[in-house]
Amino acid sequence: MKKIRILNLYPDEMNIYGDSGNVLTLTRRLQWHGYDSEVLFLHPGDTFPESIDLVIGGGGQDSGQQKIAKDLQRIAPNLRKLADNGTPMLMICGLYQLFGHRFVTDKGDEIKGIGIFDAETIAKDKRLIGNIVIETDFGRVIGYENHSGQTYLKNKQKPFGFTIKGEGNNTDDRSEGARTNNVFGSYLHGSLLPKNPVFADYLIKTAVEKKYGKKSTLKKLDESLTHRARESAEARPR
Amino acid sequence: MIRQTSRLRGGSGSALPGLVVERMYPRFLEDMLKQLPDGVVIVTGTNGKTTTTKVITGALELLGKKVLTNPSGSNFTRGIVSTVINNVSIVGKLEHDIAVLELDEAYAVQFIKRVKPRYVLALNVMRDQLDRFGEVDATARLIQQVIASATKSVVINADDPHLVAAAKTSNAPVFYYGVDVSLRAQFPTDDELLAKLDKKPIKQSNELLVKLKAYSHNTPTFLVDKKAYVEPFQIQGGYNYQNIAGAFALIKLVIPSADNDEIIEALAKVKPAFGRGEIIHHNGKHIQIILVKNPAGFRQALIAHDEKEDVFIAINDDYADGRDVSWLWDVDFSALKSHGVDMVSGTRAYDMALRLRYEEVPALHVIRNITSALDHYLANSKQPRLKIYATYTAMLAIRNYLIGNRDLGESS
Repeated sequence: MKKIRILNLYPDEMNIYGDSGNVLTLTRRLQWHGYDSEVLFLHPGDTFPESIDLVIGGGGQDSGQQKIAKDLQRIAPNLRKLADNGTPMLMICGLYQLFGHRFVTDKGDEIKGIGIFDAETIAKDKRLIGNIVIETDFGRVIGYENHSGQTYLKNKQKPFGFTIKGEGNNTDDRSEGARTNNVFGSYLHGSLLPKNPVFADYLIKTAVEKKYGKKSTLKKLDESLTHRARESAEARPR
Repeated sequence: MIRQTSRLRGGSGSALPGLVVERMYPRFLEDMLKQLPDGVVIVTGTNGKTTTTKVITGALELLGKKVLTNPSGSNFTRGIVSTVINNVSIVGKLEHDIAVLELDEAYAVQFIKRVKPRYVLALNVMRDQLDRFGEVDATARLIQQVIASATKSVVINADDPHLVAAAKTSNAPVFYYGVDVSLRAQFPTDDELLAKLDKKPIKQSNELLVKLKAYSHNTPTFLVDKKAYVEPFQIQGGYNYQNIAGAFALIKLVIPSADNDEIIEALAKVKPAFGRGEIIHHNGKHIQIILVKNPAGFRQALIAHDEKEDVFIAINDDYADGRDVSWLWDVDFSALKSHGVDMVSGTRAYDMALRLRYEEVPALHVIRNITSALDHYLANSKQPRLKIYATYTAMLAIRNYLIGNRDLGESS
């Protein structure tokens, strides 16, 4: 059976708001689409594995972010190489911030990022919390945000989407997340992928086509339950 | 003055009389609680506060103490002022021996600015309603302040690394309770829910005042002073017995003269708090309601799941439930795989159903409206036993449907 290898970055330190649901969604959908999957976990100090088809990273507390920041610099060349050759990646919250140039904490310390996104993040007093809906290349994406860092995209950095409800990257513009090639960053936790299967399948299709060629197809799955979950989430107050 | 304010009694649990008294007599709370000969106990932590507070209160009463306690849900300072108003005599005297107060960490740090507790019992630090508190580390810092305010003794769950670290700055002597190493895997800390499970105990057994050695569905075995105490309890569930080990330790400190047999007999007689494992008989059905509010609590409840029972899950996302339902993705639902879930309900019923879909747990029915869901389930089910897992406001709605508003704050 054709197999997709998923790398989950720092699952102990960076996984706070149900981010593990993103990995589960990918493995289940791969299974339902007729593919096998293997999830590899990268912990600080681990050797970066070969032939990775998809990379996932989650959010963490400030303490978790500080723990992994140095290690992230170590694996940055591997990640950049994968990003350049079109490997799909999804980074949520804390790791999204560190995929930018830098994160300035509430104490004024600077944590260096790896600069895959032309962006920087500054911790602010007000936490941006609540249900959020954004318009993206994959239609409306629905989730929940909870972050004190505010991210500013620079120059021509493309966002992941634009907010319809909620704050997104910051309180000054409507951008949410970032996209460079097939690398996506977003503040939408609450497990972004289960309620947004169009986007989930884009990541899967990209990984499958890259590995097994353009003729690879995905099955049509019954998403009636997903549509109802989307409808009720979208109708909830902020 | 107290006479005037005592006329404002009535709206029990309401904050209004508290507000009026606070305006007229700013040191009311301090002056009233100062009278208590055995002082004030604060019970804090993410999970199990209500049940543990009820167990301590009930057991202390059986051991002869007159106990002042706050009804669950009014655990903010003004709610406690109201509790005191409802209990103070016309000449401003409290007849009670001790106050046992359930306070969540955010309210507790406000309360300790006014009143220093004699005892603090800290149960655990878990991720809970993160949309309210921010992050787990912030919660741990709040609990640390509460621990530091204790004047006589602190009782800590030795298996929670956040608490063990927080207790290092305690001014009062620290006493520990914990679970046997053989049970460690059943009581994961919040970090262990996600990380590789480290079964190594944080504190050595001989440092524990009370240890939960083993348990069956309704009978815990506690190891105290090198002797085992086995007793069938009214309250069920391993996670409750872990917290009751803390209650046991606390009572030993409050009444040093009580012997362990007396204490365990008293603890065993206390009934569950409403909606926390409470059993309701409705039209010949045996229905148990279990409040779930975070991954650790839900996971521990599922460990005790009996496959023969029907399952009803109700997830709301109102403020009291936590607006963010992402925590459902951190709960392992595989225990429900063989029986499936008979009904999913609540404002976030479809998020829950989607969660089950990805776990490949069959969900028979999804009806968002809780009343309609209960109507439908009760009209169609033939199974005599049902377990309901519900978030806070969903639990209130279900309880109201099954038994009406009576006994709110007390279990029958």
